[in-house]
Amino acid sequence: MRDNGTIKQDLRNYILSEVLPGESPANLKDNTPLRTSGVLDSMGLLGLVSFVEEQYSIELEAHETGIDNFDTIDSIASLIETKIAGRDKA
Amino acid sequence: MTKIDSVASDLASCIESSARLFPDRRAIVNPDGSAVSYGELNAKADRGAAFLVAQGVVPGDRVGILMPKSANTVTAMMCILKAGAAYVPIDWTAPVERICAILKDCQIRTLFIDSRLATSIKVAEAGVEHVIVVGQGTGTSERTRQSRWDDAVNHTESVSPRSERGSDDLAYILYTSGSTGIPKGVMISHRNAVSFVDWCASVFHPSPEDRFSSHAPFHFDLSVLDIYLPLRHGATLHLIDDETGKNPKALAAFIASQRLTVWYSTPSILHLLASFGHLDRYDFSSLRLVLFAGEVFPVKHLRQLTKLWPKPEYYNLYGPTETNVCTYSPVPLPIPEERTEPFPIGWPCAHCAAAVLDPRENLPVRKGEEGVLYIAGESVFKGYWGRSNETNAAFRNADGQRWYSTGDVVREDPEQGFIYVGRRDRMVKRRGYRIELDDIECALYGHDSIREAGVVAVNTEAGDTQIVAHIVADKEPPPDILQMKMFVAKALPSYMSPDIFIFHKRLPRTSTEKVDYQSLKQLQQRLP
Repeated sequence: MRDNGTIKQDLRNYILSEVLPGESPANLKDNTPLRTSGVLDSMGLLGLVSFVEEQYSIELEAHETGIDNFDTIDSIASLIETKIAGRDKA
Repeated sequence: MTKIDSVASDLASCIESSARLFPDRRAIVNPDGSAVSYGELNAKADRGAAFLVAQGVVPGDRVGILMPKSANTVTAMMCILKAGAAYVPIDWTAPVERICAILKDCQIRTLFIDSRLATSIKVAEAGVEHVIVVGQGTGTSERTRQSRWDDAVNHTESVSPRSERGSDDLAYILYTSGSTGIPKGVMISHRNAVSFVDWCASVFHPSPEDRFSSHAPFHFDLSVLDIYLPLRHGATLHLIDDETGKNPKALAAFIASQRLTVWYSTPSILHLLASFGHLDRYDFSSLRLVLFAGEVFPVKHLRQLTKLWPKPEYYNLYGPTETNVCTYSPVPLPIPEERTEPFPIGWPCAHCAAAVLDPRENLPVRKGEEGVLYIAGESVFKGYWGRSNETNAAFRNADGQRWYSTGDVVREDPEQGFIYVGRRDRMVKRRGYRIELDDIECALYGHDSIREAGVVAVNTEAGDTQIVAHIVADKEPPPDILQMKMFVAKALPSYMSPDIFIFHKRLPRTSTEKVDYQSLKQLQQRLP
């Protein structure tokens, strides 16, 4: 079982190592905009989506990874929680 | 058995012969699934050409196209060619300054523009006198002369569009990144383009049953094959919009559902398809040809793709925009597990001649030695628009031919043909785009707290190109990496954004006080 805090930590670790190598972890906040700021471009997004899908055995549709639910660690983590809940119910 | 005219002297007649032979066949399928037949395409283009002529467009004029990809965009190209003018496809997603720089550079007076863009770009200030607005909308608020697309392609006056079209006339101009940050226009004649399309036909054997992908944007030279090879041979062109083009899952579903037979793109996109497209979920049995160009395809990624798509034939096509494809090499399958070196760029195409020269002495190297690849032949461009000095510098005259210096270093292998070694200058390719590393440095210097910047490209173990920015900040602590990423995202297209930022107290220098790029590259390789 993964709680919200663990999911955020997973996301933070992935982004720091793949997108922001060398960055101090303290600078990446849960509400740092990733897409709208240009930190994560379309290629970076694909990598993150694939990481999330494998890590949590869920599948994300294109419309789910828009800027509304996929811009910050906060919003991505809550999307993942919703998807996990949906998966476990099914 | 119907036969395609064996000789076409210009690009518009490619479409005309298909319209005679296959008036009812589908020529172009839009991203939304709607289709245009050959008869319709040709008739619209004839009327649109007559309209342009009536509006004062004369042979030799450059007519701009600022539209997302659609059948209308291809129709606009045909209108322009049939009017004897040259088209200039402009990246509609580019920053406005870049768009205006292109409009001004080749003095575009007539412009096809999508209505959604017409209000946001002040084209009159860039010298445009007449816009043809495509799509629903109000058009521009500027005092430019305006026409509607529907009026253009339904023009009924009998002005003959058949002004003399010569094979050495300019057909189109494609803008590529220039070393100073200002794009430069590569001028391609009808002869240049037709010789390339004819060579493609001799190797890839297109038939009216083929369904071609159009993945590359129209301002990219890959689109020349996409558009003209199917249209010349009565096949169908399937347009892929930007959104689908960047989404591997949607793209995989598209290729399967449209039963595409020929795919052409950069290796980056094919790698994404193999990694994220869930290719094992679909039926790709229609796919017979996979062509790639624009950058080196790391063997690891290519092997992964060929395992998922074992049936098609694969070809590595090589050539800068200035020559279009000039060497090629089929990829033998299966790819051995132990192979790590990329596939060769192969032997020259039938319409090209190649020579490997030592640039210091302008003499051929001995067979097998490294040198700069020069290309001569029918597909070699006329020159850069309005830049005679750069045009002259790009060519060398010998044996009664003009030889274009590609700037690419190669060596010849007796079995495999040419092997790509690297660049002479500081240009690199990533995701199929040409990138001048100096341009990235220029942008970094725009940041208030950056004193020095040295940007290098390194190859990862998997064979990908990684851009590393080495920076000396003006004060301590240096700006954080997030800030740097955000700053760069505002200044440069995303494909130019460095992957890694490393801060230093000072940059290594050569004995002549230049930034020592070789040391910077090695520095990166020693990092974990």
